[in-house]
Amino acid sequence: MLLIPCPNCGPRDETEFHYGGQAHVPYPENPNELTDTEWSRYLFYRENPKGIFAERWVHSTGCRQWFNMLRDTVSYDIKAVYKMGTPRPDSSSRATPETGTASTGPDSTTTGSAAPSTSTTSILSTTAPEGATK
Amino acid sequence: MSTQHLPEHPDFLWRNPEPKSSYDAVVVGGGGHGLATAYFLAKNHGMTNIAVLEKGWLAGGNMARNTTIIRSNYLWDESAAIYEHALKLWEILPEELEYDFLFSQRGVMNLAHTLGDVRESIRRVGANKLNGVDAEWLDPQQVKELCPILNIRDNIRYPVMGATYQPRAGIAKHDHVAWAFARKCDEMGVDIIQNCEVTGFLKDGDRVVGVKTNRGTINTEKVGLCAAGHSSVLAEMAGFQLPIQSHPLQALVSELHEPVHPTVVMSNHVHVYVSQAHKGELVMGAGVDSYNGYGQRGSFHVIEQQMAAAVELFPIFARAHVLRTWGGIVDTTMDASPIVGTTPVENMFVNCGWGTGGFKGTPAAGMTFAHTIATGAPHALNKPFSLERFETGALIDEHGAAAVAH
Ligand SMILES: Cc1cc2nc3c(=O)[nH]c(=O)nc-3n(C[C@H](O)[C@H](O)[C@H](O)COP(=O)(O)OP(=O)(O)OC[C@H]3O[C@@H](n4cnc5c(N)ncnc54)[C@H](O)[C@@H]3O)c2cc1C
Ligand SMILES: [Zn+2]
Repeated sequence: MLLIPCPNCGPRDETEFHYGGQAHVPYPENPNELTDTEWSRYLFYRENPKGIFAERWVHSTGCRQWFNMLRDTVSYDIKAVYKMGTPRPDSSSRATPETGTASTGPDSTTTGSAAPSTSTTSILSTTAPEGATK
Repeated sequence: MSTQHLPEHPDFLWRNPEPKSSYDAVVVGGGGHGLATAYFLAKNHGMTNIAVLEKGWLAGGNMARNTTIIRSNYLWDESAAIYEHALKLWEILPEELEYDFLFSQRGVMNLAHTLGDVRESIRRVGANKLNGVDAEWLDPQQVKELCPILNIRDNIRYPVMGATYQPRAGIAKHDHVAWAFARKCDEMGVDIIQNCEVTGFLKDGDRVVGVKTNRGTINTEKVGLCAAGHSSVLAEMAGFQLPIQSHPLQALVSELHEPVHPTVVMSNHVHVYVSQAHKGELVMGAGVDSYNGYGQRGSFHVIEQQMAAAVELFPIFARAHVLRTWGGIVDTTMDASPIVGTTPVENMFVNCGWGTGGFKGTPAAGMTFAHTIATGAPHALNKPFSLERFETGALIDEHGAAAVAH
């Protein structure tokens, strides 16, 4: 079981959360202009890295807030949690360019490339929180 | 000191050749699908100058981690066609491969626990019959007659309201299936190369012309990907994307028990599926972990939930002990159907997306994928399972339709 550090409530068992899949998938800016291929990318294609993955979680039985998390999909170590709408903290490595319009939904992302705000980002340095699945 | 000599070591079932510098075709992944593909390439298409490259050991991926359920009672015509073809191949393969891998047609039951389940199940039985797939609807009494250890009382949280039943379905010994294919491949001259990890591809423009491995570069005219949970990783190396998410999927066995469970029982709603292996272990599978993972292990609460469901349905399991749990990495698609066909890279073909339920499909995957690789075009059975369906919208949505995903 993962021990997930909710940005609002602190470390809680994985069973209190629901998974939301890949983070930073903006709704297409001009849906009517997309080709079938582009639509299929938006609807069915998500990144599936073996390594660090930016993903969404919601703390369903706690604060009920969505947030983003960087997690290693091999070791399952949690590397960072950060607010929805803020860019991926390690944006240098694998971040996908975000070109959508910002929306207010839980899966919102922001337009542009604001620098990661350290005040809302907690980077869990090198080691996984105690209790992360091994 | 004992003076008795150990018996001779039994014959090995396949050679362990060094990779050659070139092959007519290379199959990546030595699980069931890769081995079956190589078998049909050699047998049906006369392609014997080929190799199966496996980064670990044969069947060390999902092939020998699954719960071995074989059935063909899928809802949609396209699925019924390919899975029923697979089932017919299972029925003849022990003889064809000259290997008794204990294919046991003990029937599979898919339980219904809600009125919605009941309606869907009866609809599926009708669809199956129209497609020539054996299927019956059982009421709770009939369920009890077939599987006496099932609790059919109506005072449990999810009472058994009936079940679909496919008598020709069953289980087989997964590791022996892999070895049976491997031995025949080897006999026909196919090189099975273990401890050989593909690390990249050589391309000439949009065409693949070779693979890079930890044991050197191999030139080849055609590449078939059969990497299950690692399909996205290989596709990325080749420069294209797949609509796949990799998830941990767990299973477990109990210690050995006398025979108590005559058939296979699956429940979509409470998410557990149970059979009893030939040796006597109770074999149970769980649902996928929600998160993406390549770790071949999942979270314990998934196992706990599955055990709770199992004990409610089978009260006599309450005193059984879990002996061992493990996980595999399954390659899921959004419509819960596989992808078998061509890719944006010329001469590279992909067989993936079988997710939580591809063991049963092994022979048909091999047959149709070999056809696709050899001829460059899909077989009628895998044509609907193309990568393009995600663009055309011709999805084959077996989510929920297919009586649980295994
Ligand atoms: C717990 C569990 C229960 C299941 N239960 C059932 C069931 O009851 N019925 C059913 O029908 N299906 C079931 N499945 C699904 C089924 O096991 C899979 O769909 C099927 O095994 C996938 O095909 P495969 O055998 O070729 O995969 P695998 O055996 O996973 O083969 C893929 C191979 O590719 C290799 N590979 C990956 N990357 C590379 C590389 N770069 N270079 C070289 N080799 C590479 C891997 O090492 C692996 O051996 C279950 C799966 C799991 C995990
Ligand atoms: Zn919270």
